[in-house]
Amino acid sequence: MKQVSLEMGSGGRLMQEFIRERLLPVFKNRYLDELHDSAFLPPGMAFTTDSYTVDPIFFPGGDIGSLSVNGTINDLVVSGARPEFMSLALIIEEGLEMATLDRILLSIKKTAARNKVTIVTGDTKVVPRGQADKIYINTAGVGRLVGRPHPEKIKPGDRIMVTGPVGEHGLAIMLTRNDFRMSSRVRSDCAPLLFLLPLWKKGALWMRDITRGGLATVLSELADRVRYPLLVEEEKIPLSRSLKGAVEILGIDPLYLACEGRALLVVREAEAQKVLSFLKKQPGARQAAIIGQVQDRIGRQGEALLQTPGGGLRLLEPLTSELLPRIC
Amino acid sequence: MCLAVPGKVVTLEGDGTGKVDYLGTKVLANLTLLPEVKVGDWVIVHAGFAISRLDRKEARRTLKLFQELEKLNPAD
Amino acid sequence: MTPKSPPREPFSDWRSGSTVRRLLQAIAAEVGAINRPLRIMEVCGTHTMTLHRSGLKPLLKEAGVVMISGPGCPVCITPDFYHEAIIDLVTSRDNLVITTFGDMTRVPTRKGALQTTVPAPGSEIRIVYSPEEALQLARKNPEREVIFFGAGFETTIPAIAYTVKKAAQEQLKNFSLLAALWLIPPALEAILQSGDVAIDGFIYPGHVSVIVGEQAYRFVAENYRIPGAIAGFEPADVLLGILSVARQVKENRPTVANEYRRVVSAEGNPRALALMAEMLEPFEAEWRGLGRIKNSGLKLRSQWQDYDAVARFQMTFQPATGRDSGCRCGQVLKGLVEPMDCPLFGRACDPEHPRGPCMVSYEGACLIEYKYSSGARKK
Repeated sequence: MKQVSLEMGSGGRLMQEFIRERLLPVFKNRYLDELHDSAFLPPGMAFTTDSYTVDPIFFPGGDIGSLSVNGTINDLVVSGARPEFMSLALIIEEGLEMATLDRILLSIKKTAARNKVTIVTGDTKVVPRGQADKIYINTAGVGRLVGRPHPEKIKPGDRIMVTGPVGEHGLAIMLTRNDFRMSSRVRSDCAPLLFLLPLWKKGALWMRDITRGGLATVLSELADRVRYPLLVEEEKIPLSRSLKGAVEILGIDPLYLACEGRALLVVREAEAQKVLSFLKKQPGARQAAIIGQVQDRIGRQGEALLQTPGGGLRLLEPLTSELLPRIC
Repeated sequence: MCLAVPGKVVTLEGDGTGKVDYLGTKVLANLTLLPEVKVGDWVIVHAGFAISRLDRKEARRTLKLFQELEKLNPAD
Repeated sequence: MTPKSPPREPFSDWRSGSTVRRLLQAIAAEVGAINRPLRIMEVCGTHTMTLHRSGLKPLLKEAGVVMISGPGCPVCITPDFYHEAIIDLVTSRDNLVITTFGDMTRVPTRKGALQTTVPAPGSEIRIVYSPEEALQLARKNPEREVIFFGAGFETTIPAIAYTVKKAAQEQLKNFSLLAALWLIPPALEAILQSGDVAIDGFIYPGHVSVIVGEQAYRFVAENYRIPGAIAGFEPADVLLGILSVARQVKENRPTVANEYRRVVSAEGNPRALALMAEMLEPFEAEWRGLGRIKNSGLKLRSQWQDYDAVARFQMTFQPATGRDSGCRCGQVLKGLVEPMDCPLFGRACDPEHPRGPCMVSYEGACLIEYKYSSGARKK
């Protein structure tokens, strides 16, 4: 390929290939090799970075500001760290209304304050009209580890859970962006996952926040990381009623729609029920559910399998062609 | 792609279109291929057009068939 | 306080696990009585999708039914020369907007794909989700020519016909259609006449049937003595259709059974059929894989020539040279080859690097097989 294509940023397989084959070899080191959502740095810290190019910048349930803070918080939480400090870099298109900028800044401030994260450094660039689309945000976050993911410890019997209904961010963006002549109650699930932190000491072995590529992509990434196949039951995956209706009309697979406030967890078998009860008491996870388990009876290593209601099996692959660019 | 699921007509806009509801999501559909359609009818929409009205009696007949199947082949 | 159970969705009964299992058992019983496996062809991308997404294909195989995919994907059966002609047009003409569905832009041809084509100045290729959207674009951009490149079967054809009718009523001067409109019954006849594929019965497409009714398929039962059933798209619907076909085989009583009566009537949708007759007329179209079939395609009648992109832009089409790229899409469409049996499947051909439309289209048999059943296994 001679040029960078849109799909290389989509969160799917082409992006994984792009990172693996073009980016990683240039920067090879032991921190990057772990390939988790954050880097683990001495002494006992996690460090992450993200950029936000979401279009539109305001959507039901959030905006590019709250998205950028929650996204960074979540990358740290699923890596075992309590988020403490963040950087905030803004790339602004000439002509952006001040009122719009103020709205976004207020949203960032509120989201950070609510989650006890302090923005300690930043940068501002303004580019000529047409050279950016309204505003892009880059963040970096740092936090202290309270636990650590241990994918190598995952074994048959360990339960797979999600913290709530999936696909809502992706759908909210899709509906806001396109004129499908549709109106819907679906709102982005953009939210912080701080409530997951205590679980690192309560049986959680691995966590991932479900973003671009959706639940199916995360499951297939998990399958690549562990020694046993995964089996998930379709009927157990929580989906909100409004989303079910909307995806039926649009003909999209909800398992590939992005979230921005949901996590996938792998929890030791013995602690799974306790973890579930704990989650259901959290405002952000009332519909948490155990959706499957790591097992060695069906399928082969590297496979994430979905069992359909009739008993059939379906292989979950990472997102292939881009459903929607600039989703987060 | 065929939309398998029927939606409920909730408004008639007067210009040949109407709003069709799917579990809370509403779509504006062209109703000119189904002239007799009324609010409360369930319809199949394809490419922005309502192409068929659901026959509730037939739907109930099929569901009853499923229930009969349960009785003939009790759960293993 | 006991939580209220949420209201069930209207489609839950049609997806219920226990109903699916019961139907599979009933099918197995019928096939057992016939004492040989059955080969049943479906001709609808959405049916292919249901079979794979619900993991039904292997379960049906266990019950003695081998499901074959036929020409059920309109993007797949549209030959490359349509895309190549449009690419020629958009690279040589200024201020032209080509509108089409997403998967159409990714079909690989000798001249590349629409998606990566660099248009002439002021021209562009735009993805739309309905023909109405294309019409709206034409209304809003009177200084540019807008072409809607639409592929579809009888389900979509009325919507496309309506859009052209509307353009004519509004006397729009900048909207035209490049039609790739295909009819299912002639394709079924071509498959039966060729005798290449052994078929015990058909599952007829649910929503094509909404438009054309039961009558469109009678010739299959009467002239060829092949059973068939119209089926809907939920797992239980497809299985009901297969069960009916199995019974017809057992009783040697081929007919056109309507197992989707809640939506399909015997005579179809007369308004849709009338609209199609008003705007379009049949011609001998060339299908990828199936070749030329009499009265199998629809084009705009001569009185609507102003809205026909072929006439308006004097488009010419260069048929395939017979170059063999190794892509077996044509044979997959005929039901001769399973996607997994194509030597390129999962190796040189996958969704990120497709060699043909069957791996590009949302309704393509190869893409569906790859996404839902076997992708990783080929690695």
